[in-house]
Amino acid sequence: MSSKSLHVLFDDDDILLDAVKQIVKSKIHINEIYTPFPVHGLDKAMKLKPTNMSIATFIYGCIGFTVAIMMMNYIMIVDWPQNIGGKPSFTLIENIPSFVPIIFEMTVFFAAHLMVITFYLKSKLWPFKKAENPHPSTTDDKFLIDMEIGTNVANTKTMLKKLGAISIDVINKDEDEK
Amino acid sequence: MYKDYKFSNQIKVLSISLILIGLLGILYGFYSAPSTVEEAKEIVASMSHDSDHGGSVYGESDHGDSDHGGSGYGESDYGDSDHGYESSGHEYDHDKHVFNQLHNKPWAAIYVPALFFMMISLGVLAFYAIQRASQAGWSIVLYRIMEGITGYLFLGCVFVLIILGFSALKFNHLFIWMDPEVVAHDEIIRNKIGYLNIPFFFVRAIIYVAGWVIYREITRRLSLQQDENNDISVHKKLFKFSAGFLVFFLVSESMMSWDWIMSIDPHWFSTLFGWYVFAGMFVSGITTIALITIYLKSKNYLEFVNNSHIHDLAKFMFGVSIFWAYLWFSQFMLIWYSNIPEEVTYFITRIEDYNFLFFGMVVLNLIFPLIVLMNSDFKKTNFIVILTGIVIIIGHYIDVYNMIMPSAVGDMWSFGPAEIGGFMFFLGVFLYVVFRAISKAPILAKGDPFIEESKTFQYYNLD
Repeated sequence: MSSKSLHVLFDDDDILLDAVKQIVKSKIHINEIYTPFPVHGLDKAMKLKPTNMSIATFIYGCIGFTVAIMMMNYIMIVDWPQNIGGKPSFTLIENIPSFVPIIFEMTVFFAAHLMVITFYLKSKLWPFKKAENPHPSTTDDKFLIDMEIGTNVANTKTMLKKLGAISIDVINKDEDEK
Repeated sequence: MYKDYKFSNQIKVLSISLILIGLLGILYGFYSAPSTVEEAKEIVASMSHDSDHGGSVYGESDHGDSDHGGSGYGESDYGDSDHGYESSGHEYDHDKHVFNQLHNKPWAAIYVPALFFMMISLGVLAFYAIQRASQAGWSIVLYRIMEGITGYLFLGCVFVLIILGFSALKFNHLFIWMDPEVVAHDEIIRNKIGYLNIPFFFVRAIIYVAGWVIYREITRRLSLQQDENNDISVHKKLFKFSAGFLVFFLVSESMMSWDWIMSIDPHWFSTLFGWYVFAGMFVSGITTIALITIYLKSKNYLEFVNNSHIHDLAKFMFGVSIFWAYLWFSQFMLIWYSNIPEEVTYFITRIEDYNFLFFGMVVLNLIFPLIVLMNSDFKKTNFIVILTGIVIIIGHYIDVYNMIMPSAVGDMWSFGPAEIGGFMFFLGVFLYVVFRAISKAPILAKGDPFIEESKTFQYYNLD
């Protein structure tokens, strides 16, 4: 593996997207792309695997749904039977309409929170973590591609210039880590 | 240029045969309806409906009482001894009540589909106005489909008005507040007489219909005019008319739902009823747009419509189905929870006598679209959109059925020749008028300033 890599800056997401498609076409590996906001279609252009997050979220929602029903059953029916709306039936099924808002909220709560936590874990983000971001301006208005140098640095550079890069830095990874 | 739609013989034959078969069903319904109390008694005796509908726990007296607005729920409170069930006149009165229900049945059977298809058209008109007022980019390729569907609006409103006119002329007993004899004995209705009286009712109805139809005709004309010239002032006019129309629509639609649907049950009221009816018509309208678009695409028209457009329509179907369920549940849960007699009768009738339809429709209108259309890939698959669309249309037909029938015919409901024939008749008229209207204009609204955006519309997450 080459210890060198390129940091290529762009200042427009559309130009970035076209450039990424070209880079992928010329079979140069892209390590990572840093953008100030989510760029639609970037994952497709980089040929990343589709995310499974939606399936995970669906499962979390189902867990929330189940937990809510069990919780309401325990609180309102088993542990301290409640007379709901003057209808003292004391069964879960006959009182279910009054639990639907809670079941809905718990489903959303579980789906949303567990999804965000999963996302943080998968992105290796946790409190006090040092930022991996190589260039501060990617949090402002620039887009950075961290990529391999390819077979010939000069050729790669001319290609990237043509694609609209505003600056290209060759990074020596060993030095960087010191 | 794109191939314009030609009114195909296939649709013509289909719709005309639907109309004819439907007419037969309707006529049979009217023929078999009783014209005297004695006939009604015989029909009831031969139906032996007690075992069919299993409603003997709460018993005849209970829902018989709650259905018949004239002898409404709190009868004893409002003091109408003639109609009270402990009085000696009860037997006769009950028979008369059943007679009224059976007499209403064929009328209600045509009123339900007449309303349903009119509301599909009206829902599409609202959707169209929203697209115009928000100057949406994606939906312009579908404008001519929407304009075609709203082409039915005028005729649909005329059908509804005719049925309402027959009610006012006492051909049926759908709207009990139109009967002065009932009103005289009913304090609740008497207190509402400033609003619920026949002349004002029709003045309002004509105002709503005129407002909707005029907006539809104006925008249709402007839209066709835009095809000829790219004048931006036409676009601005369309925007202004649409924004103004939406204000008018939100008020008139809500009042329409009180007048034409809620007043069948003049004792009962729900403050979110207008929204609830709107959600139903909106989702059935959007579904109809999707179904007709996919049909025309399968006939090699609309080559500029891609799966991103279908995906967007399916997203609307999904979202508005949930919105409908939210309103349905909000209305149900509050009334169920508070358990106030004059409100809760509405749901008691539906749960006692219409249990399967009442809860079955929630499965069709919420659970099925929710589960099937949740997946993004399914939303762009024509087959699945059609399947879900048909389920949603059936579900919302049952929803309208559930709004009208329990108050009109009580537990005497069935899906007989009149109901099925009525649905087929109005479906036939709807298809004929809509496809003819689509064939009357160029298939693409090519003069719209955002037409290129619409033709190249691509949802980033689709291939």
